[in-house]
Amino acid sequence: MDPELESPLMPYLRQDRMPHIWCPGCGIGTTVNCFVRALMESGLNLDQVAVVSGIGCTGRVAGYLKLDSFHTTHGRPIPFATGLKLANPGLKVVVYSGDGDLFAIGGNHFVHGARRNMDIMVICVNNYTYGMTGGQAAPTTPLGAVQTTMPFGNFENPFNLPFLADACGAVYVARWTVYHVRQLARAMKEGLAKKGFVFIEALSPCPTLYSRRNRLGDGVDQLKYYKAKSIIKDGADTKEVGLSFQGEIIVGKFVDRERPTWLESMDKHYSSVFGEKYKPYGAAYAKA
Amino acid sequence: MTCEAPLRKGRGTVFVQTKICKGCSYCIDFCPAHCLEFSRDFNSRGYHYPVLVRSEDCTGCDLCGLYCPDFAIFGAKFKDLEGQNQSVMP
Amino acid sequence: MTGVHFIDGDQAACEGALAAGCRFVAGYPITPSTEVVERFASRIPLIGGLFIQMEDEIASSIAIQGAVWAGKKVMTVTSGPGLSLMMEHVGFAAITETPCVFVDVQRGGPSTGLPTLPAQSDMMQVKWGSHGDYEPIALSPNSPQECFDLMINAFNLAELYRVPVFFMMDEVVGHMTERVVIPEASAIEVAERRWTGKPPGEYRPYEANDDLVPDMVKAGDGYRIHVTGLTHDERGYPTMHPAGQKKLVERLVGKIRHHRERLVDVRMDGLDDAEVVLVSFGITSRVAGPAMEEARQRGGRVGHLRLVITWPFPSSLLRKLAKHVKAFVVPELNMGQMVLEVERAVAGKAQVISVPHPGGTVHEPEDILQKILEAAR
Repeated sequence: MDPELESPLMPYLRQDRMPHIWCPGCGIGTTVNCFVRALMESGLNLDQVAVVSGIGCTGRVAGYLKLDSFHTTHGRPIPFATGLKLANPGLKVVVYSGDGDLFAIGGNHFVHGARRNMDIMVICVNNYTYGMTGGQAAPTTPLGAVQTTMPFGNFENPFNLPFLADACGAVYVARWTVYHVRQLARAMKEGLAKKGFVFIEALSPCPTLYSRRNRLGDGVDQLKYYKAKSIIKDGADTKEVGLSFQGEIIVGKFVDRERPTWLESMDKHYSSVFGEKYKPYGAAYAKA
Repeated sequence: MTCEAPLRKGRGTVFVQTKICKGCSYCIDFCPAHCLEFSRDFNSRGYHYPVLVRSEDCTGCDLCGLYCPDFAIFGAKFKDLEGQNQSVMP
Repeated sequence: MTGVHFIDGDQAACEGALAAGCRFVAGYPITPSTEVVERFASRIPLIGGLFIQMEDEIASSIAIQGAVWAGKKVMTVTSGPGLSLMMEHVGFAAITETPCVFVDVQRGGPSTGLPTLPAQSDMMQVKWGSHGDYEPIALSPNSPQECFDLMINAFNLAELYRVPVFFMMDEVVGHMTERVVIPEASAIEVAERRWTGKPPGEYRPYEANDDLVPDMVKAGDGYRIHVTGLTHDERGYPTMHPAGQKKLVERLVGKIRHHRERLVDVRMDGLDDAEVVLVSFGITSRVAGPAMEEARQRGGRVGHLRLVITWPFPSSLLRKLAKHVKAFVVPELNMGQMVLEVERAVAGKAQVISVPHPGGTVHEPEDILQKILEAAR
């Protein structure tokens, strides 16, 4: 018999923990697939890449990547990542978490992380639900969708995440779906190379909960919906990219701009205040 | 592991770790050449896994590998396999 | 900063942290603790380290932990309402064994309470405030000098045991200005982090040494660690079964419980022949002292046991004293918290008299004296 050949991506994963816990047809694994490819092509020293997640299905990503990884508390990966990054600016810090974790309980931290232009990349897998706990409504659940805490259909207005990220000052804002694997991987690669607060929204199916409760079929059916209803509009006005239940999805790279990071601002400011006496903080960690 | 390489019809082939496949069908539905189908067989967890049924159409593009949420499948071009792992070649 | 200074407790605490090697602080303003971080913010740029004011205490209490895992010694500073917010992350520090110092400059509570006035009513909260089983360490300074000296102990203990350490100041100690002597840096004993000597591949993040404490690494050194708040095994991987829970939790509390004799730090005065023993901590000890002196002058055989380390509670010392002491008098700026620990340790072998106080100011020595005299009768 021919030998078992495993995916060339396996060395980037904690193989002693595979198979992972995500459901069949869950798109989180696909986003991780894209992320690993982005890492492979990034040229980064992977010892210097750290992943921080929160709690939830997407929060489990940290546990499967073979990097320095931190599975923190619900809603708080961004401040943890802030501390990690500021204490060692030589690290490339990626926050990988879900829509509920980052934007409900974690909303405040997202706003401030973006405002400060912390040099971290935030990947948000948006499956419109709280998967791990059984499919409750999330701040991204589209109007009309049924979830366990909105059993008669959601009447609460959801976020337009790229708009929020843009308004808070993120320097890179993109949305793709897990149908758009190549673009998503490319966006992640761009995000890894980008300085400042990067936000990538990846729409993903949740076949077991969101799709099932709303009779949307399985994972593949959602991907077919993404394929049919997505419109690529790079540079779109983020105000216009809100989502609706099974409606049009605007994807693309919406924002790509330059702003000094928090650390750069700090170093620049203290240098101007203290002159020669100040040793720039970032300099101690500058890569050779 | 299912490997159609010995027949060497197309430009590439796929490798499937059947044990970790969860039968989600992404690879089957999104293969641009439509050369994958579910096996009749199922793995120890009860999932049917993909089988390369039209190996002559496989280009080794690895889109299946990119979609797979479980890292259970990947595609490779024969020309890339040459010199790498002789045992999969006929 | 070597030399003699005339500064308040908040300022001294900041200097103590700096002397202990603290180079990262994430904080949020809250009276009466704000001066600690304000001083840190103004001192740190030229020392080489970082201060960031986070958006809330929840962010502060987890940002410091991120900084620990990047290699820094850290502290956050707050008061009652902020400490309540930080509780989830106290538990996270406990289960991930992240060494960090939480400074609580206690004020009148509950809730918003009396922001500018003292209390000692968070004592039980730091022991039990987070959910689950864990054992923190807590210290109670009673002067600006101790705010400096004990802060160094706090950092050292955090590194030694890899637990969250609470520095329980209060508004009076924080805002009182006294003489503080800062010794030469070489005279200050600073414990370094327990870095592993093992290479990646061999090192396991939660494989403990004989003292039940594992060695540590930091992100970026190639160890590819996984740190999680879920119950985990020696590899750091989640283990979702009772056996894993037992192994981890028993070790986490064992770290402190098995070493509690080494974690006794008290100041004893006149205990040898004492009939009545005052048990106090923090600012109350400054009032209890004169009360004791007055009682002695009236012929009472009164001793004073001041707790410097309040958690773990020195139960065995209290048990020993209870054998020959008639009564313990426990004044504290709360409605009876540490007195419960005294009662528990003494187990009925002596009288235990609480001298509660709702906070807002310190006790009148007269009130403590009355209880001593009652106890002696």
